[in-house]
Amino acid sequence: MKTIQLPIDEKAIKTLKAGEMALLSGKLITGRDQAHLRFAGAIKKGKKLPVDIKGQTIYYVGPTPAKAGEVIGSCGPTTSRRMDSFSPLLMKNGLKAMIGKGGRSKEVVAAIKRHKGVYFITIGGAGAYLAKRIKSAKVIAYPKLGPEAVYELEVRDFPVITAIDSRGKSIF
Amino acid sequence: MINSKTISRTVKDLCIEANLKLRPDVVKALKSSLRKETSSKGRNLLSILLENCSIARNERIPLCQDTGMTVVFAEVGQDARIQGDLTTAINKGVAAGYKEGFLRKSIVADPLIRKNTGTNTPAMIYYDIVPGRKLRLTVLPKGFGSENKSKLYMLNPTAGSDAVANSILKAIKEAGPDACPPYVVGVGIGGDAAKACYLAKKALTKPVNFLSDKPHFRKMAQELLAKGNKLNIGPLGAGGKTTLLGVNILSMPTHIAGLPVAVNISCHSLRSAHKNLQSSQRS
Repeated sequence: MKTIQLPIDEKAIKTLKAGEMALLSGKLITGRDQAHLRFAGAIKKGKKLPVDIKGQTIYYVGPTPAKAGEVIGSCGPTTSRRMDSFSPLLMKNGLKAMIGKGGRSKEVVAAIKRHKGVYFITIGGAGAYLAKRIKSAKVIAYPKLGPEAVYELEVRDFPVITAIDSRGKSIF
Repeated sequence: MINSKTISRTVKDLCIEANLKLRPDVVKALKSSLRKETSSKGRNLLSILLENCSIARNERIPLCQDTGMTVVFAEVGQDARIQGDLTTAINKGVAAGYKEGFLRKSIVADPLIRKNTGTNTPAMIYYDIVPGRKLRLTVLPKGFGSENKSKLYMLNPTAGSDAVANSILKAIKEAGPDACPPYVVGVGIGGDAAKACYLAKKALTKPVNFLSDKPHFRKMAQELLAKGNKLNIGPLGAGGKTTLLGVNILSMPTHIAGLPVAVNISCHSLRSAHKNLQSSQRS
């Protein structure tokens, strides 16, 4: 199976084809509804974001709390569609890859094509399985959001399927 | 007398159990789908879901990070005597379960202000008064990715069986790859708008192979299963013949002017747990 090192580079993105499975290793950031709302708000006001999203991969997730001695709790993807209205703006500002579950809007497909990015899906409802692929986790922005805070995660062999590739081809 | 502390402790345990141990009927349905699935990607994904279920059970990590809005069905025997406030006792149990079980607190106090209550309360509690002296508590932690795909169709009374089935199929198509297929589809037909939605959710507490308790709706559920599994949505929407694990239909009388049809979709991680508490004779 194809393995991809994070941060993802443009060459690697070009090799990805819709429908292929791959394993990701390296660092990524998390963010879901409230983080997207805040990122978009900051960009529109011309403010600096609390995390650099240039070249980044964002994973749509709100994990369960970690038990003592564990890196993180259950950690599977949330529905990507709710992020659709924010994603083109984030991609315009450098975001390269997104990981979630389910389909995306036409606007997101167009943005992926325009910015030569990629949208991955991972295994929804397999939060315990995916937690085992996460090697470190720390909150890097919006700690008050609790489960919706932005984390930096280090993943190893994190399974994904390329759902929309950089040519705009989609599995849905 | 049923003590409120017993109720809280029971609810706490049910919240944790439901989130760590996938229902045996759901596990069985996943295993049976794995045998029938012909897409290699679909088979791979279904086996990962079964592995997820073992990891969750053995290492006590929640099956899914969305440990749900806590839906509680409380069937209260009319001769049961309960010491203390039942609603408070249930909510205390939910708060304790989500804390002790390291479950995610996903409830905000106000739909617009959106501040997290930090306890996963209030639970969505549905009370039913039934004969007897038992209190039956069913906890259904409902993930909201699938809850967002809920539908209510207020059909014409003359619409007929095909229109009902087509509406349900439409809801499944609209959920598409988004809500963690393969799905279990809860359907409520009849009543008023509110009761139809209630029945659709309650249908998810029935075993995944329940279909219906009425012959004509059993037939409809069977046909929907066959049609749904031909949509090629497949596990996680990546294609395959496993789109539905079950279709459960509950129905009730309705008005001459209407035919309500409610659909409540569950992801493959359909979680619930129940327990009966008995009011002792001495009370």
